[in-house]
Amino acid sequence: MTLQITGLAVRYGPVTALDRLDLTVATGELFVLLGGSGSGKTTLLRAIAGFVRPAEGRILLDGTDLAPLPPHRRPVNTMFQSYALFPHMTVAGNIGFGMRRRGASRAAIAARVAEMLTLVRLEGYAQRRPYQLSGGQQQRVALARSLAPNPRLLLLDEPLSALDRGLRSDTRGELVRLQRSLGTSFILVTHDQEEALTMADRLGVMQDGRLAQIGTPAEVYERPATRFVAEFLGAANILPGTVQADGSVDLPQLGVQVRTGRPATPGRILLALRPERLVVGDAGTPNRLSGVLAEQAYAGGTLTSTVRLADGTLIRTSQALRDGFGSVRLAIGGPVTLGWQPEACILLPPE
Amino acid sequence: MRAGRTFVLAVPWAWLLLFLAAPLAIVTLIAVAEPADGVPPYRLTWTLDNLRLVATDPLYRNALGLSLKVAAVSTLACLLAGYPMALAIARAPARWRETLLLAVMLPFWTGFLMRINAWIGLLRDDGWINTLLAWLGIGRLPLLYTDAAMYVGIVYTYLPFLVLPLYARLSRLDPELEHAAADLGAPPWRVFLRIILPLSLPGVWAGCALVFIPAVGEYVIPELLGGPQAQLVGRVLWGEFFQNRDWPTAASVAVLLLVVLLAVPALLVRALRR
Repeated sequence: MTLQITGLAVRYGPVTALDRLDLTVATGELFVLLGGSGSGKTTLLRAIAGFVRPAEGRILLDGTDLAPLPPHRRPVNTMFQSYALFPHMTVAGNIGFGMRRRGASRAAIAARVAEMLTLVRLEGYAQRRPYQLSGGQQQRVALARSLAPNPRLLLLDEPLSALDRGLRSDTRGELVRLQRSLGTSFILVTHDQEEALTMADRLGVMQDGRLAQIGTPAEVYERPATRFVAEFLGAANILPGTVQADGSVDLPQLGVQVRTGRPATPGRILLALRPERLVVGDAGTPNRLSGVLAEQAYAGGTLTSTVRLADGTLIRTSQALRDGFGSVRLAIGGPVTLGWQPEACILLPPE
Repeated sequence: MRAGRTFVLAVPWAWLLLFLAAPLAIVTLIAVAEPADGVPPYRLTWTLDNLRLVATDPLYRNALGLSLKVAAVSTLACLLAGYPMALAIARAPARWRETLLLAVMLPFWTGFLMRINAWIGLLRDDGWINTLLAWLGIGRLPLLYTDAAMYVGIVYTYLPFLVLPLYARLSRLDPELEHAAADLGAPPWRVFLRIILPLSLPGVWAGCALVFIPAVGEYVIPELLGGPQAQLVGRVLWGEFFQNRDWPTAASVAVLLLVVLLAVPALLVRALRR
């Protein structure tokens, strides 16, 4: 299964929901679409499923253009955010619904339903009605129903958003294991960056109907292409600067030179620094900034410190509390040094 | 607080007692009374003769059977015409929906008898429809005072009562369910049969009951549009009451009709539960 999307545009009247978007998803891949509300991620999913008619562009599934096919003829299934379980059917009726397409026999449907119930660990629930199930069980029925017809590509629209926190992280791992064992290609839509980073083989960050960046979670997190991506996926402190001829970055308003440890073209840039890559206190790192501790917030496992620089810029840092809170507690208003390694520098194009 | 609540509840109870229970009791009393010459034309007693007569005499039984048949056919016709209407309104763009609903209810702005008289104007031998048919060279047809005219009148009158509850139900269906069914490979006709239709059944039953029940006892439409052969139970009742001045028999017909009307939905519910 290869999904190839080229120049896909969807417009609702004057509103552009998808703006000539390109995307390729490979066989067996778990691709995550990450974006805020209104970024077009759900529209993209609906265009692939066939519920939204594109104004331009092509969607090819293994070389076949999906455009002329209505939703019920596409070899693609969707797991809906609301689950959309049929309230008047049993769990078995729901899961078996998609099997009629091939005119499967009753026995074949029953066998497949039983297989899917085992897969999502809901044996014994076949005759229940959706309203008799908990949220997590409904989620698994929805998943089983969308997987039962053995789709070439499964589209998942915020599949975990309706679950509560603890269940969500368990289900995350379960979903990934399931995807690996089945080998079905998944496209999963989410607005949750942690979900995207932990689950994706590759992910795409959506912005205003376009894919701002596509890559593996590490690629996108470590080397974001734009300020938007840097700030959407994880947090980032942004400082305007200029790359010098020797490759170092000059921060003129702070009067500081920063070593980046890699060549860069001279010119104006934005320097992005991840909070967790900054060290509070003098750790002997090559790059250093001094400021005043403005705020500290204790969050159990981590400590968030906000440091005010000479020019008034606030820098957020986040440190793992390896040795307990006492080791890093500092006086608010006192002078502090921020340090980081050259490799922690992210250079972004100016806006 | 408690007194206020009692008062608020007392109003509907008083209403029901005064306008439902009391008339029912009076009708039942007259049904078991004896006919008599005088004013009023009955003598209070306790006899089941009248009820036995209307339950066994072919005249009343045939009238009741015909009424049930006419009501059933009319209800089915209303359903066949009204379901697509209700679905179309529920699926229309939001800005059109209110206008379309208004169009369904618009006939209620005119008096019922006026509208039936308008149908007479359309259907009679020198009416608009026959004039058109003659002009087209098809020739005039006897339309008025036929069963067809009666059915047209009943379906026309009761259609909104079916469309409105059905629309209310259909408009509340989650469109995502239809998407899910299509996504799982169901073509549109199967989405309708497996998802929309079963989920709309409560609206279908409500609408059908609102058509069927008043249609069984319908008097005006068969009287004004139907032929003399359409001896429905409403006409028979009217005849007993005003022409024969036999109040006990008329009251017995009314009681019989009520029993049948209560029994039909009860049996239907039992059949559906099974």
